[in-house]
Amino acid sequence: MTTRDDNVVVRSLAQIGASGLFLLTILAAIPRSFRHGRETVRQIWFVGAMSLTIVMTCGLFVGMVLGLQLYDVLSIFGGTSATGTVVAIAIYRELGPVVTALLFAGRAGTSITAEIGLMRATDQLDAMEMMAVDPIAYVVAPRFLAGVIALPLLGIVFCAMGVFGGHLVGVTWLGIDNGTFWSNMTASVDVHKDIIDGVLLKSIAFGIVVSLIAVFQGYTTPPTSEGVAYATTRTVVASSIAILALDFVLTSFLI
Amino acid sequence: MTDDAIVRVRGLTTVLNGKTIFDNLDLDIPRGKVTAIMGPSGTGKTTLLKHITGQMRGDAGTVELDGENVPTLSRERLFELRERIGYLFQNSALLTDFDVFENVAFPLRQHTRLPEELIRNIVLTKLQAVGLRGAARLMPTELSGGMARRVALARAIVFDPALILYDEPFVGLDPIALNQVLLLIRTLNETLGITSVLVAHELAAVQKVADHVYLIANGKVVAQGAPATLATDGSAWTAQFFGGEADGPVPFQYPAGDYASELGFPGGKA
Repeated sequence: MTTRDDNVVVRSLAQIGASGLFLLTILAAIPRSFRHGRETVRQIWFVGAMSLTIVMTCGLFVGMVLGLQLYDVLSIFGGTSATGTVVAIAIYRELGPVVTALLFAGRAGTSITAEIGLMRATDQLDAMEMMAVDPIAYVVAPRFLAGVIALPLLGIVFCAMGVFGGHLVGVTWLGIDNGTFWSNMTASVDVHKDIIDGVLLKSIAFGIVVSLIAVFQGYTTPPTSEGVAYATTRTVVASSIAILALDFVLTSFLI
Repeated sequence: MTDDAIVRVRGLTTVLNGKTIFDNLDLDIPRGKVTAIMGPSGTGKTTLLKHITGQMRGDAGTVELDGENVPTLSRERLFELRERIGYLFQNSALLTDFDVFENVAFPLRQHTRLPEELIRNIVLTKLQAVGLRGAARLMPTELSGGMARRVALARAIVFDPALILYDEPFVGLDPIALNQVLLLIRTLNETLGITSVLVAHELAAVQKVADHVYLIANGKVVAQGAPATLATDGSAWTAQFFGGEADGPVPFQYPAGDYASELGFPGGKA
């Protein structure tokens, strides 16, 4: 039993180490991947633009439910005018970047892993190597870059939709004064602490981690259908844990 | 053994998962000729091609390609060498995101800055040679196995490389396509002087196209010579392989325990 647990720990540590080395390989290949700029743009469209619907819908509902809950709690203290402020801060600092990253891992991370994994299983990566085309520069780096670029942008969209959702419930439905909602929010939200550190910095960090996990799992998958299936699952599991753990670490430094 | 060899393998020893694939293998691929590598399944023919291209490295020995020892080359140098090598994969390995035309054009687009019109003409010429010019806009999933193989062949020859490695080029081809592919391999060799190495099992096809045949078994070259005479050279290896016999120096059965005891019959060896 102990050996088995040891193996799991050792295996996980080995995977983390290997993905760290893989990150260095990708970073070294990024200058060469600029030759395949069109591929990067295509991937940004695929992982970014194609994820817009799910991110916008979820952002809207998260903002709406936050508005509803906060209005309910704040009304006990007669502080419903602070609803907008708390919705905005909760979304900017935590929910925006974290939920967007979780959605991104499920929507885009899995497809990146499955795509690269199937390319491995059908010898397409080997074929590129044989045609003297580096698969890290042609396949992996563009997808990694696309994830790192797309996730912060999706995070911003999620936050905007969340605040809009909070406004929809708080102002349009529950009758908080529109001016109070916005003025309290703008007075309390700090651009540097909440937007730049909260939304952007965290989203970029999550973008690097989720994209790295997705391309690493795809690239190193055993070339079988079961291997691709496990790799796709591992992308979601590992990304979710990494996002939440990294969020705690980042918050403790930023707060 | 010839003096002018494009590939020179010396003392190659490779052990994979505890199984000895090559045991001190020596072999030369003569420049400008068509060389066939034959042998029982699982004997390491594809593995040998992967050693030549540097996709795999042996545990000992040298694999020289144009005078350079492949296992010691850097990734950059390997890629430079591979630009002069065409490789036909056993399972075609077409890029599924691209149509037939773009698959064949892929190496040209990656390594040259040729004008679009010229790329178009080169690709259509190669597709015409394999009889699939009309299929240029089909996606790989719309092709049969034999058609995919011919597209992969067109892609392997699109650069007119100095050396082409064909891994099982005849599998899945109907007799008409087979004859055309044989003709193509021979023509490429005769008109452009391209060296060809083909791994194949079809003796009749090999006899039509190859100048020299190596028979590999048990990690070594067990017989070699001109294809017309090799099958009748009188050795036990060639007699069994080309005669298709189960009994002989090459075991048909993968190593296993006693058959009777495994089935639970009394009297089996313990």
